[in-house]
Amino acid sequence: MDFLVFQYPMITVQACLDGILLGVLFALIAYGMALQWGVMNIINIAQGDLVILGGYIAYFMYLYGIHPAWGVIVAPIIMYFVGIAIYKLVINKVVDRDLFISILATFGISILFMQLMNFAFGADVVLANSGYGTTMLFDNNVVLPNSKIFSAFISILFAVCLVIYMKKSRLGRAIRATAQNARAAKILGVDTEKVYAATFGINAALCGVAGALISITFTIHPYMGLPYTIRSFMIVIVAGLGNLPGVAISGMGLGVFEEFADYILGTEFRIGSVFLLLVLILVYRRFKLSRKREYLK
Amino acid sequence: MNKNNLILYIGILIFGLAAPFIFPAFKVQLSILCILIVLATTWNIQGGEMGYNTFGNILFYGLGMYLCASVQVGMFFPLAEWTESGGEKTFVHTPIQFFQGMAMGLVVAAVVPTIVAGLIGYAILGLRGHYFAICTLGLGVAAGEISGGIEIIGAGQGFTTPPFPNVGGLEARGEFFYFLSFIVLVLTFITVKAIYSTRFKLILNAIRDNEDKAEAMGIQTMKYKIIGWMISAFFCGLAGGIMGGLVGYIDSTDVAFDGREMGVFMVLMAILGGKGTLWGPVIGATIFHIFKEGFWTFFLGWQYVALGVLIVVIVIYFPEGLMGWLREKYPHRFGEVVDEADRKAQVEIK
Repeated sequence: MDFLVFQYPMITVQACLDGILLGVLFALIAYGMALQWGVMNIINIAQGDLVILGGYIAYFMYLYGIHPAWGVIVAPIIMYFVGIAIYKLVINKVVDRDLFISILATFGISILFMQLMNFAFGADVVLANSGYGTTMLFDNNVVLPNSKIFSAFISILFAVCLVIYMKKSRLGRAIRATAQNARAAKILGVDTEKVYAATFGINAALCGVAGALISITFTIHPYMGLPYTIRSFMIVIVAGLGNLPGVAISGMGLGVFEEFADYILGTEFRIGSVFLLLVLILVYRRFKLSRKREYLK
Repeated sequence: MNKNNLILYIGILIFGLAAPFIFPAFKVQLSILCILIVLATTWNIQGGEMGYNTFGNILFYGLGMYLCASVQVGMFFPLAEWTESGGEKTFVHTPIQFFQGMAMGLVVAAVVPTIVAGLIGYAILGLRGHYFAICTLGLGVAAGEISGGIEIIGAGQGFTTPPFPNVGGLEARGEFFYFLSFIVLVLTFITVKAIYSTRFKLILNAIRDNEDKAEAMGIQTMKYKIIGWMISAFFCGLAGGIMGGLVGYIDSTDVAFDGREMGVFMVLMAILGGKGTLWGPVIGATIFHIFKEGFWTFFLGWQYVALGVLIVVIVIYFPEGLMGWLREKYPHRFGEVVDEADRKAQVEIK
């Protein structure tokens, strides 16, 4: 263990900035999860694997000489159709069933994707080099890669576009109506089947964007999907469904937490600390809720 | 009916005792089958009877595995040096030391996970539905990641369990582990059958069907949920301890806390056989093991792809499992009285 964090205040600043830039990305993934959870009542364990798949799309563009930043445009388009395909093949059969069935089914998809990606792209840790350089702040004490700033900017852009789309467009209104009451929406002429497919597609597209950005800023690996699922799940339960500012803030909070865990505990405990944080949050939530229940009595 | 059952049980017991001599080449596979049945049966206490779908029983399995091996080594030799030397045989257990260590290790491997299950259960068994499922998933992965960072039990490079001592020829190792796992299997089955014939099972089912109502009826649901989980953890820990000795090598994420394989297998086996039945997990585990070995042999490399497809297919098309299907087809065999005229009338309405 090293407590450099407390000796050098600049490291604290560095960790906070890193964490916030990272957290914006998490918030984007969590937004997708909140969307499908709210609309279809499905928890998608394969969320993280969709992210990684999006990352590989950007990585392949990089391999073929196209600048990986274009992956931000290409990945969501491809991932949208992947999402629709998954919906048509699997998800539409589990939508109105027990929640555990959907968790297990998407867990199966997750394993399938993990292994297919392992076959197709190999088990190496890869990254797409964007060549953006770095920004120095505070007398060169804080180093921020420009790619992280770029990724945070793009994430915010996509999130804002999506929010406006959900508010204004016809499909967006149909999605929100289905989330509120699927049956009533059906009676009023909304084709809920199409709405579900579109929701899952949009979620996959968001994952694609996030994945492309992750492949630029960090590294990707076929087996790295599950932590992203857990992070987005955690962000959604902390923020609550349909609470967009909450998703953004808790995403950033999680990013900062991870950076500090990385500095204080060491990198090998980083993923473990994320999972432990999930357990702690759920336990806290359970005791809080049980107190509320007793209060009601 | 009762007499037939008794003959059936005795037949299975005799077959179990004779199996390693009938199929001498499959001793290791048979021991693994016993372990899988134990895991599926104990998962069924939560997932099937109690309605708490957990991915976290792998935690007790892995914990038992590490504890058994650590005790077995730590009783006689310094643990840190053992893990540091890796596979090299600087320390050798004498036969007596090996068996003493194994016995002590299994006791610890059974008791400590039970206590851990009680403590964790108090904290998280209040969660409902998917929150519980995801929380236990997180617990399993966290345990794997954290144990992969602890130096004294081998960290990333793994932990070699003590090799079987040189007694009784080449066949002795397989037979020893087979009978050990078979004894645990029989113990598990007897325990589960015994508790399923008491009020305890009815309480678990009440919790599954409607927990709030069960609480309103005056059942202390929390107490029973914790006890149920502790029973599971006891046998999962034992199974893990034996499996550690059988495999001979413990790795944090690939062998012990292997949520991607064993953690899903136990859920899948119970669902395949039929949740909430006594025999379902046993049959499910047997079919699954045969199927899995076939796949692992003929589609080497593609096994996880097959596993993913298998999960999706089973979950979507056979959520009730084999026993559920049989129950629908032959309800009178399961002690359900069906009025034939009533059934026909219902079919007509449809």
